[in-house]
Amino acid sequence: MSALTYVRPDGVDEAIALVSADAGAAFLAGGTTQLDLLLKDGVIENSTLVDIGRLPLTGTSLLDGAVLRIGALTTMADLAEDPVVRERLPFVREALLAGASIQLRNMATIGGNLLQRTRCRYFRDRTVAACNKRRPGTGCAAVIGPARMHAILGADQNCIALHASDLCVPLVALDAEVRVQGPGGERTVPLTDFYVLPGRSPDVEHVLGHGEMITHVDVPLPPATSRSRYLKVRDRASYEFALASAAAALVVEDGTIAEARLALGGVGTVPWRAGEAEEMLRGVPATTAMFRAAARAALRDPYTLPGTAFKVELAQRTLVRVLEDLAEAAS
Amino acid sequence: MATSSTTGRTTGEVRVNGEARRLDLDSRVTLLDMLRDHLGLTGTKKGCDQGACGACTVHLDGRPVVSCLVLAAQCDGREVRTVESLARDGRLHPLQEAFIRHDGFQCGFCTPGQLMSAAALLAQRRASSADEVREAMSGNLCRCGAYPNIVAAIRDVAEQNGTAGDGGPGAARNGAA
Repeated sequence: MSALTYVRPDGVDEAIALVSADAGAAFLAGGTTQLDLLLKDGVIENSTLVDIGRLPLTGTSLLDGAVLRIGALTTMADLAEDPVVRERLPFVREALLAGASIQLRNMATIGGNLLQRTRCRYFRDRTVAACNKRRPGTGCAAVIGPARMHAILGADQNCIALHASDLCVPLVALDAEVRVQGPGGERTVPLTDFYVLPGRSPDVEHVLGHGEMITHVDVPLPPATSRSRYLKVRDRASYEFALASAAAALVVEDGTIAEARLALGGVGTVPWRAGEAEEMLRGVPATTAMFRAAARAALRDPYTLPGTAFKVELAQRTLVRVLEDLAEAAS
Repeated sequence: MATSSTTGRTTGEVRVNGEARRLDLDSRVTLLDMLRDHLGLTGTKKGCDQGACGACTVHLDGRPVVSCLVLAAQCDGREVRTVESLARDGRLHPLQEAFIRHDGFQCGFCTPGQLMSAAALLAQRRASSADEVREAMSGNLCRCGAYPNIVAAIRDVAEQNGTAGDGGPGAARNGAA
């Protein structure tokens, strides 16, 4: 890459002004995505990095006892140790600790986790010509070449790049909201609307404009009677991306499901909320037969290739196991 | 503005192993390359150079990080500790002695990173069981496969000096769960 200007602004407004004014500028937070893609893979180009790592957007606060507000620059490691996360959001903690390694969790931030880029190896290899995400209109090498760690939901022949975040899976299940500040002021975007399905423009991944920065993530706390779990299935016991994962929060009363929040990881081009499966489970007995029916609905109409077809069954089993574990704990 | 580098260079100061070092580097230089190529501290190793292997693990403000994914510029005003800081007064650190005693390496290339991760997990008392050590050390790969001996070395030191921990609130859980 060519010369790089490094700037460390004193405040959020200054950081936004610097990036907004320069098409070649980008925010630098924890660095685990930006520096990897910029310096190592060479698949993104920035002439200026605006280091926001020391801005006062760390830590959490509890709003009205009902919403956990997370500063976007809180590290994954710190959020996993947060007392409210430990007590009220156990599956958020499980997802955080299932992601990456201790070193990376000490560096990576929550805002950066939301904005992480796909691990698709065709996207990350600039010698691969066909990548609609990297070079719109060139095709998708992954649908022709060997694919395995790829998406089967929200995917089509134009792009099967997976959104690999663990953290985002419980966060979409909880209807977390993303607070954004930019040159045009502040706005709030539900996390379920934050990501854009690849469709015909896989290069567009989310709704942020250039110069917009995530400042906080607001997470509504589930009822105190809710039980939650995150299960990640992968090739290694630790330090590996998910082949399939499931996040579930259930309120079970006298064997009947009063509330269900479900999402899947390792299978979607975006963190995948399983809304239809949630509706199927509301008000029905917490039984394996019901869980299996809901899991089938969650994996309806997948786009599979020979290398990814196994994920349909694997994701269903992962979701069923999480639900069985939660139901057993509630009985 | 705290720091600017319109010329593509960055200046500042970083404390490395307790010593203040002046920075005047190309802004693209990583902490890893600064340590090895500019400060001559070659104990920290470059493995994958992409945040995947852990060979370049150092402590930044007391926490283990992979130095290949940190810009030297980001370290301005901060404290870095490398494997060179473990031995004191010509005597090896107890972890280094334990790695030798337990045959915790073969080629030795990953060892500096293993040692820095191990030192951090002992400081955080995350060594209450072999499983806990394995999980906490999962970001450090060893191609020679010395893993069982590395775990044994760390457990040995933890039990000797009472830093094993109880697996309680400060401890890491098994991420496979």
